[in-house]
Amino acid sequence: MSWPVTDETFETLGQQILADGAGAFTDATVAFGELTLTGPADKAVEALTLLRDKFGFHQLIDLSGVDYPDRPLRFDVVYHLLSMTRNARLRFKVQTDEDTAVPTATGVFPCADWYERETFDMYGVFFSGHPDLRRILTDYGFHGHPLRKDFPMTGYVELRYDDELKRVVYEPVKSVEYRNWDFMSPWEGADYVLPGDEKAPQAGGPK
Amino acid sequence: MADDATPIPSVTEAVVETSLVPETPVRKFNINFGPQHPAAHGVLRLVLELDGEIVERVDPHIGLLHRGTEKLMEYRTYLQNIPYLDRLDYVAPMNQEHAFCLAIEKLLGLEVPKRGSLIRVIFCEIGRVLNHLLNVTTQAMDVGALTPPLWGFEEREKLMVFYERASGARLHANFFRPGGVHQDLTESLIDDIDAWAKAFERPINDIDKLITGNRIFKQRNVDIGVVTKEQALAWGFSGVMVRGSGIAWDLRRSQPYECYDEFEFDIPLGLNGDCYDRYLCRMQEMRESVKIIRQAIAQLKKTPGPVLTEDNKVSPPRRGEMKKSMEALIHHFKLYTEGFHTPEGEVYAAVEAPKGEFGVFLVSNGTNKPYRVKLRAPGFPHLSAMDWMNRGHMLADVSAILGSLDIVFGEVDR
Repeated sequence: MSWPVTDETFETLGQQILADGAGAFTDATVAFGELTLTGPADKAVEALTLLRDKFGFHQLIDLSGVDYPDRPLRFDVVYHLLSMTRNARLRFKVQTDEDTAVPTATGVFPCADWYERETFDMYGVFFSGHPDLRRILTDYGFHGHPLRKDFPMTGYVELRYDDELKRVVYEPVKSVEYRNWDFMSPWEGADYVLPGDEKAPQAGGPK
Repeated sequence: MADDATPIPSVTEAVVETSLVPETPVRKFNINFGPQHPAAHGVLRLVLELDGEIVERVDPHIGLLHRGTEKLMEYRTYLQNIPYLDRLDYVAPMNQEHAFCLAIEKLLGLEVPKRGSLIRVIFCEIGRVLNHLLNVTTQAMDVGALTPPLWGFEEREKLMVFYERASGARLHANFFRPGGVHQDLTESLIDDIDAWAKAFERPINDIDKLITGNRIFKQRNVDIGVVTKEQALAWGFSGVMVRGSGIAWDLRRSQPYECYDEFEFDIPLGLNGDCYDRYLCRMQEMRESVKIIRQAIAQLKKTPGPVLTEDNKVSPPRRGEMKKSMEALIHHFKLYTEGFHTPEGEVYAAVEAPKGEFGVFLVSNGTNKPYRVKLRAPGFPHLSAMDWMNRGHMLADVSAILGSLDIVFGEVDR
């Protein structure tokens, strides 16, 4: 297939997948020249198997999590698939929360093993049926899931070599908190009340 | 009487009997390979389970260089994030920046001027040569040769000087920008890169003569770490790891980005999928890269013009303009404090980095910072294959296989 793949091709492909994968997919959208499919988490393996066997998406390029703390199902698990025969990519997303496990994709794509370990490490998303769901990137004995939005950028502990104990010790973070500047212009719809701005609508001022 | 006596076992039979007594079970060895090991190419800890000298199981422990790049990137503006990309695969920094810039450009729908695009291609191919020179020669070192890295590093040094002359830094260039590159190249630099590209044939032929036919190098690499086509697909391999197994797949050709479709170059393929074929692919790829560099330079000399998009909502104004124009000054201030905003959405952009497909999955929520950046490093799935690739091989082959996987921990650990 020619590159770049046109939006029309993706739309027809998306409709085909929706029609074929009864129940495994809920939606297909094309944005920025990319096809995104969504589906229920408990049918993820069926969906991926269908994409691999019927539509020729043989490679799992990437698997990652995204955290939206405001949603009831706060995590997205995002699969990026590549088809060398169609010369096309697609993205498949499922949603889950802290407690609900997503069925593992290791049976469909063996390389999902480490990707799922990473997603578990970074977000605390569980994958049921995974052969070896250990932490992968963080330190031995690490607590927490660093890529969650409620985990501070500085972390909770810092590490230094103690010359008296002759070993590396962990201590609570003492360094100054990273100043996360707010760049939203107050003239362009910042949605909070500026201190002293009694005329703002939220503060009960005139609408 | 003697006839019906029970036969007395002969001496020889008795010996056979005793030798059939089961030996005491041999204990399997568990050894740690790394985290400080010269052949581990960084900080990798491999827990090896050995039966004698045969590897039975490999458990790579990674993350010793984990710096939380993805977390850090969520707290910084797009322009502030570009230097983090250099620190991923620090052997070929600009290729990583490229993927990130392509992702931002996809979100913004930004066009790169022709001259900027050509400069990007030149430096991406320089990055490829930088990477392959390091990999090919250190792989030779992993199996016992000391001279090749010295020769390779001499050429790498020259290339890093080009990096320095273009960007001011030898390694962490921070040269690419959304919409082009930061600075134009000087006339003399373009000539020097051209002169280097012409002269590169000699050192690459020297290295070729030194390693390719070498008996020891072949004994250590041929038929070691064989990857079949099916395995390469199932394990998410990319780059040389799939081409070494004979799959004709190169993003520069099949999903051309930038202006790669305008150049003539070949994509070398391996036949057997072993370490030696991957080495041969890398050697040939360097020659192809030099071909691309020379074509790009010839075009660059004919295409004057801007190297960065003129859209001042994304790219900062030139220094000279700032001295005269109030508007330029405001743009400069806004871009270096607030930065630009991207439209809401999700994009995935990938480049053919020297090690394989390097991808950036960017989620934007419409602010001046990325909501989520997932860096898809090619080394990550490659390293996850260490277990089955090494099973049944000898302990000494572990370093040969690791060398041919082309691992850099900056990108695996992120």
